[in-house]
Amino acid sequence: MGGLPAGKVELTEHDYAEWEWRVDALMVLLTGVKGGKRLMTVDELRKNIEALGPDAYDRMRYYERWVTSITQTMIQRGVITTEELGRKMAEIEQRDRSQV
Amino acid sequence: MIEARFKPGEPVRVRKAYPLGHIRTPFYVRGHGGVIERLCGTFGNPEELAQMRSGEPKQPLYRVRFLQSEVWPGYRGNPEDALEVEIFQHWLE
Repeated sequence: MGGLPAGKVELTEHDYAEWEWRVDALMVLLTGVKGGKRLMTVDELRKNIEALGPDAYDRMRYYERWVTSITQTMIQRGVITTEELGRKMAEIEQRDRSQV
Repeated sequence: MIEARFKPGEPVRVRKAYPLGHIRTPFYVRGHGGVIERLCGTFGNPEELAQMRSGEPKQPLYRVRFLQSEVWPGYRGNPEDALEVEIFQHWLE
């Protein structure tokens, strides 16, 4: 990556999880390419991925980086607030726990 | 829109600069010399688009060809091996 020493490039395709497809679709909708309102650009996605700490970057899967960056961008643009996000995350955690 | 200043075949050098922000010019070609391969078109400036601004005026984007041996110190492959990178005009001189 970026001219740094690295291992071999893995050329095999792999299956995506349902949430990964959904993150991809979310980005398509937010960039407005399907005719909707443009709420972010691919450059903001890249900027906020670059802003992840090096350890977080290495630890996260590809679409985890995307969803983290999309969330950061939505907060920066004021589409959502950190409070709304925090409450929603707690709500979903609660919902999942009650389903177990 | 900013007018294209370079023509295919013209030698160029990538600016050796390391500002903060979102920059599409890879570190490993900054300060290196290459040749314009083609003009790819004009596009919104990604450095501005990344910061929630319009990206206007649009910037010419070029495919620039570098010799691998010029970019990587001690490159041991074929001396004609080349590397092509898309670089916006404001990074070229």
